[in-house]
Amino acid sequence: MNTSRIIRVALRALGRNKMRSFLTALGIIIGVGAVIATVSIGEGAKREVEKRFEEMGTNLLFVRPGSQSFGGRHYGGGSAQTLTADDGQAILEKCDAVQYVSPSVSGRAQVVYGNKNWNTSFYGVGDKYPEIRNWEVEEGIFFDENMVKSGQKVCVLGSEVNQNLFEGADPIGQIIRLKKIPFRVIGTLKSIGESGGWMNRDDMMLIPYTTAMRRLLGTTRISSIDVSAVSGSKTEEAMRQIEDVLRIRHKIAPGAEDDFNVRNMADIAESAAESREALKILLGGIASVSLLVGGIGIMNIMLVSVTERIREIGIRMSVGAREKDILFQFLSEAIVLSILGGFLGVGVGIVGSTLISKLADWQTLVSLWSIIIAFCFSGIVGIFFGFYPARKASKLDPIDALRYE
Amino acid sequence: MSSNNNLIQLEDLKKVYTIGETQVHALRGVSYSIQEGDLMAIMGPSGSGKSTLMNIIGCLDRPTEGKYILDGQEVSTLDKNRLARIRNKKIGFVFQTFNLLARTTALENTELPLLYSDTPVKEAREMAFQVLAEVGLKGRELHKTNQLSGGEQQRVAIARSLVNNPSLLLADEPTGNLDSKTGKEIMDIFKKLNQEKNITIILVTHDPDVASAARKRIYLRDGQIIKEERD
Repeated sequence: MNTSRIIRVALRALGRNKMRSFLTALGIIIGVGAVIATVSIGEGAKREVEKRFEEMGTNLLFVRPGSQSFGGRHYGGGSAQTLTADDGQAILEKCDAVQYVSPSVSGRAQVVYGNKNWNTSFYGVGDKYPEIRNWEVEEGIFFDENMVKSGQKVCVLGSEVNQNLFEGADPIGQIIRLKKIPFRVIGTLKSIGESGGWMNRDDMMLIPYTTAMRRLLGTTRISSIDVSAVSGSKTEEAMRQIEDVLRIRHKIAPGAEDDFNVRNMADIAESAAESREALKILLGGIASVSLLVGGIGIMNIMLVSVTERIREIGIRMSVGAREKDILFQFLSEAIVLSILGGFLGVGVGIVGSTLISKLADWQTLVSLWSIIIAFCFSGIVGIFFGFYPARKASKLDPIDALRYE
Repeated sequence: MSSNNNLIQLEDLKKVYTIGETQVHALRGVSYSIQEGDLMAIMGPSGSGKSTLMNIIGCLDRPTEGKYILDGQEVSTLDKNRLARIRNKKIGFVFQTFNLLARTTALENTELPLLYSDTPVKEAREMAFQVLAEVGLKGRELHKTNQLSGGEQQRVAIARSLVNNPSLLLADEPTGNLDSKTGKEIMDIFKKLNQEKNITIILVTHDPDVASAARKRIYLRDGQIIKEERD
């Protein structure tokens, strides 16, 4: 018998018991649907991470002070005050995989312009900061090397701060006050909307780090060094070089713990996707259990079906069906059942992932390969769980089968 | 084709079933020849071995001992799949209980043997239509089995047994589930097929009326032929 005929015979047999066929396939439908939805959440999260990663620059690195401990008492990461602006300069000079360096400090303050005020974060950064972070200046200019060196009181505003203080009026050249110190606005940043995580790019302002350290914070230590590697592929190399330079500068004995740590964007962005990862594992577990139970359901119904149709098997054998004809007939019924289930499951999965993205506001992405894999997997379930009943049917003795009441 | 024109040649057939620890001798040495074009009957009370003999002749079962030559081919030693091929190509069955597929049309039932002989769909359809017309079911091809009367169902079964142009037609109590008038009609079909198409027909029955249609009758008892009658 050729394949199309086998499938037609199987479809006809399943069609005689539509309700039962549907219920049998339900396990597979749910299983495949869960697989598709799961993978779509995972893919969506991955895509989001990649997008954020690209936005921020794949070559972006952060150097932060390490944890500090006094007498066995550990403070959190960044608690130590071990980094200086000179460390940044050394990194720039000695690491050939490093392109730009910007020391960074930050704080929160009330900004005042005329009768308006706004509470926001200020970041003291170097002149290469926009290049490192891949940010664009919308209006005006960013502060240059000289402004940073001389510690000028200039600032570049995030779009939300700009909006709140100037309400659409031209901010360039205006003077605003930060902790009573006047700053001249020289530029604004292009809004990109909330990038999530720890920092709202629009609700902030940038000032030279020298100014921030001397005038606002009164410190000689910086809270981080932002670094960009010469290219994405050089990131790892840059990390190693930075570590070497800082260990020498900080006089850390071989084998002793670093008093700083270097992290790249991938580490940070991926941690943001971890909660979704947990859900993905949970859903994946449900999906595989459901597929397994679905498969057992198929086997169960196929066994019942074989018993019910012993007479039919006898008739088919008496007119010349061979063992393999009967085997293929029942096997193809199981496979057709599970593949139809898989087909409906793909639909359920797509609807499910759309619902998840609407309700939980997560990006989901139904990828073609997840559909193909789910489909193949449902076929494999059909073969695996359909084989035993089909084999049982094919091994029947035609005489006994014909006589069976 | 064997030289003496024998379609079936049985040589000292024996069949022993082992049920638990006891051995049941269903056939104790049956030798017989059936010529092409014969219309014969196998008779005997239940337990005489006639079902066993029919199963062996119909290639549903193999003898424990002895030879069975069908159409010049030794078939007693063939494996299950080869026997299935022979049933498909050379033998048609008609059963007492019709044995049609339920909820399936007369046409599909008739096509069934062609499904296993790799006949192209269109050709199979034409052949099925043709044999259904031959058994008098023109116009009822698309009726499902449960919409047909007993006699019509048996006609479908005959059509099914004929569709592969078999050399041998085996009918096991073909009128057992029919009233006498319908039974007679069915027997007339068998006679007609035998006379007009020269199909060899073996009737297995304990009904003397059915057996009287045959030109040869053998009587079985305790696994042996005890009597042969020829018209």
